Amino acid sequence: MKLLTCLLALACALSACASKPEKPEKSGAPSARAPGAEPYPSTYRVPQRPPVLIRSTTVLTGTGARIDAADVLIVDGRISAVGSGLAAPDGAQVIEGQGRWVTPGLIDVHSHLGVYPSPAVQGNDDGNESTDPVTANVWAEHSVWPQDPGFAAALAGGVTTLQILPGSANLIGGRSVVLKNVVSATYQGMKFPGAPQGLKMACGENPKRVYGGKDKFPSTRMGNVAGYRAQWIEAQEYIRDNARYEEKVAGGDKDAEPVKRDLRLDTLAAALNGDIIVHQHCYRADEMATVIDMADEFGYRVSAFHHAAEAYKIANLLAERGVCGAMWADWWGFKMESYDGIEENIAMVDAAPGGCAIVHSDSEEGIQRLNQEAAKAMAHGVKVGFAIAPERAITWITANPAQSLGILERTGTLESGKMADLVVWNSNPFSVYALADLVFIDGALRYDRVHPPAVPDSDFSLGQPVPATGALR
Amino acid sequence: MKPGSFFAVVALAAGLAQSPVTARHASAASVLIRNATVHTMGTAGVLTGTDILVTDGRIAAIGTNVQAPAGAEVIDAAGRPVTPGFFGGVGHLGVEEIGLEPTEGDYALALGQMRPEFDVTLAFNPASVAIGVNRIAGVTFAVLAPTAEAGSGDRPGGTVIAGQGAVITLDGGVVPETRSLFVDLGGGANALSGGSRAAQFMLLEQALLEAHSPERLLPGDERVLTPLGRRTLVALAARPAPFVFDVDRASDIRQVVALARREKLRAVIGGGAEAWEVAGELAAAGIPVILDPLDNLPSSFDKVGATLENAARLHKAGVKIAFSFRDPQGHNVRKLRQAAGNAVAHGLPPDAALVALTRNPAEIFGVSDRAGMLDVGRPADLVLWGGDPLEVTTLAERVFIGGHPVPMRSRQTELRDRYLERLRRGEAR
Repeated sequence: MKLLTCLLALACALSACASKPEKPEKSGAPSARAPGAEPYPSTYRVPQRPPVLIRSTTVLTGTGARIDAADVLIVDGRISAVGSGLAAPDGAQVIEGQGRWVTPGLIDVHSHLGVYPSPAVQGNDDGNESTDPVTANVWAEHSVWPQDPGFAAALAGGVTTLQILPGSANLIGGRSVVLKNVVSATYQGMKFPGAPQGLKMACGENPKRVYGGKDKFPSTRMGNVAGYRAQWIEAQEYIRDNARYEEKVAGGDKDAEPVKRDLRLDTLAAALNGDIIVHQHCYRADEMATVIDMADEFGYRVSAFHHAAEAYKIANLLAERGVCGAMWADWWGFKMESYDGIEENIAMVDAAPGGCAIVHSDSEEGIQRLNQEAAKAMAHGVKVGFAIAPERAITWITANPAQSLGILERTGTLESGKMADLVVWNSNPFSVYALADLVFIDGALRYDRVHPPAVPDSDFSLGQPVPATGALR
Repeated sequence: MKPGSFFAVVALAAGLAQSPVTARHASAASVLIRNATVHTMGTAGVLTGTDILVTDGRIAAIGTNVQAPAGAEVIDAAGRPVTPGFFGGVGHLGVEEIGLEPTEGDYALALGQMRPEFDVTLAFNPASVAIGVNRIAGVTFAVLAPTAEAGSGDRPGGTVIAGQGAVITLDGGVVPETRSLFVDLGGGANALSGGSRAAQFMLLEQALLEAHSPERLLPGDERVLTPLGRRTLVALAARPAPFVFDVDRASDIRQVVALARREKLRAVIGGGAEAWEVAGELAAAGIPVILDPLDNLPSSFDKVGATLENAARLHKAGVKIAFSFRDPQGHNVRKLRQAAGNAVAHGLPPDAALVALTRNPAEIFGVSDRAGMLDVGRPADLVLWGGDPLEVTTLAERVFIGGHPVPMRSRQTELRDRYLERLRRGEAR
């Protein structure tokens, strides 16, 4: 009975008493596309929660600062203040932070949770529309299975926001979606309100292997580049045709024929216009430089190169052009284009003046311990003489990914007014032994290590004879 | 970062830059490591403030106030830990230079026939770049194992018996008399056994019957083994060699326990995502488990019970455990100690995690005379660490394999130093 009361109270907090949805920063709709401004909109609501005061803890702010013995105050789902001697508002939940560390919630720019979920059976294989080298018309969110048990595992690793991308079989794989790592029966209930969508593009071996293997175009790297360029040319024409139509309508031409709507070109036009953020899977330095030139040719921006095993070879170029490198700490050799991966890659990208280094996972295992991956990269950077402290390294898994996703104004650091997405770690998170004790998303406690839920959040895990997680008794 | 520290980097890197990348050993006659915390992994336990003297490739002394012979290199450990060299798990190190490249991997036999006589160690390439990369990270031995692959198109597949592997040392050797047999079971192996896991046990029983009782075969009987295959199975079972069963589901593991009892096989469980559910039976049967401590998601219906506490629960139940990544690719086995650290974070005692990276795999695969422990008279196989060896921010500082110090260079450090220099000069573009 007591449990039932709790559940009812929780349901109330999550629905009837919930605050109004966040207003998106942007429509997310490409200017080239007329109807249906934001289809499949976010239904995520910030639950109303009492204030939270975390007292006397070690804070890595995500802005490059470390503050010892600091208090963190959360009010109305936002960071209210980080400082010392903060007073607990009436009704605040007070958490003793002594010995613990607080960081922004971790952000993974490269995840396939939900589109390549567990269990990885054929029926769940929804990450690559590998039937055509260009599928700019597909949206990853339409594949996301919210019951993937990997989401809960990532939450236990402190991940509060993640970008779900289509796979890399295609030159242009489709649109990504940015999710809050919250439990919902629908992906709309997880969608980060107002976060721009991304466009997944891929260099190198994967497209040429997948299509060359079918005796289709492309089968070479030069074919890859010709393939992208042809698409951008079409998208430029689409934008021009739509503009002409708008001009005619504005000029009172009642007979003007609208341009036939095309999902693929909607996406590409939005990428050229900057409404959709371009993320490109690319390992080799020479290919990244080609893509940067191509972006100049067609007048768009690449936000980040993902995997970027050779980013260290062009760290200055990436920094000058404001392109982030999203990398692994130590993966290499699993394909020819990853043969030159080194453990100092992340630190070297970070070291270039103005460099933007990101630690990403692309892995249901790695996303559970982005902090450890950052710690390894930090250690290898320190070994070769870079002065990298935890307050710097934390930006690789918080502020920098937020920047690359276009959501840094709202999350990714512990600055006042931002979403209260944060993790309370039981110790220094740059340790293999550190565990997330508490994870807050918009000020709501979503994970409590010491008081785990009686049943798993994932419907898949529910009712299985053996719980997949649980404390050692 | 500050500009000043950037230039400091390059000075340091330049100093490191010149030696060639090779496995050949720098050969100081003696090396004395002073004032270390020595994890012997043997009955001597952990010795603080202790010296280790390596002379002519062997551990000549472990103690206090050990005198340095003339000309010896002396290293002050300042209390830092020394452990035996770490295990790199079971996989393809030395036979897979590049993943995804069929010409650069020799780990799978796919003739459509059961061929236990397939010995993947004949393909071992001691010059593999992956060996050099992992060696300087403190990995000194591993088990080279074949993998069974399903057929596709016109290409025949393998069978549930992947073939034989053996212990390799990361100075480039295959250790004699350490052949093991590798068997792939479970739903992931259904394509190797006509579509059913039940048939996997049927095929194994037939192979063992043919091997052990050739007199019961009549001319014209359908057979699964070649004459050489029969001879191989008999020899392996007689030694007895480890039969490593790659299997996850608890009910399949129970079948393996029963098969091992019936056929008197020295079984080892590989993978074992649900092994903790049958920990008592495994402990009673003395069957060890080689597991991936990070394998916690139900990636198939063989692994619904996967948990980060697998290692801790098995250890608590008295099962001998060792660690290996599930992915057999060898390029990043240096990460295995991170996986061990995660097992500790999820309940495994730290000393048990170290044992699972050293003594246990050495014992399971029959090389405890040369790896996994530190004792006077043994060949020096050891690592001086910058700190806690399970910690992600700790790096290996010095590595000895087979008695010899390893130059701390690899193709990756060469790449690093070339581009650190270019980064400093503003050329990295």
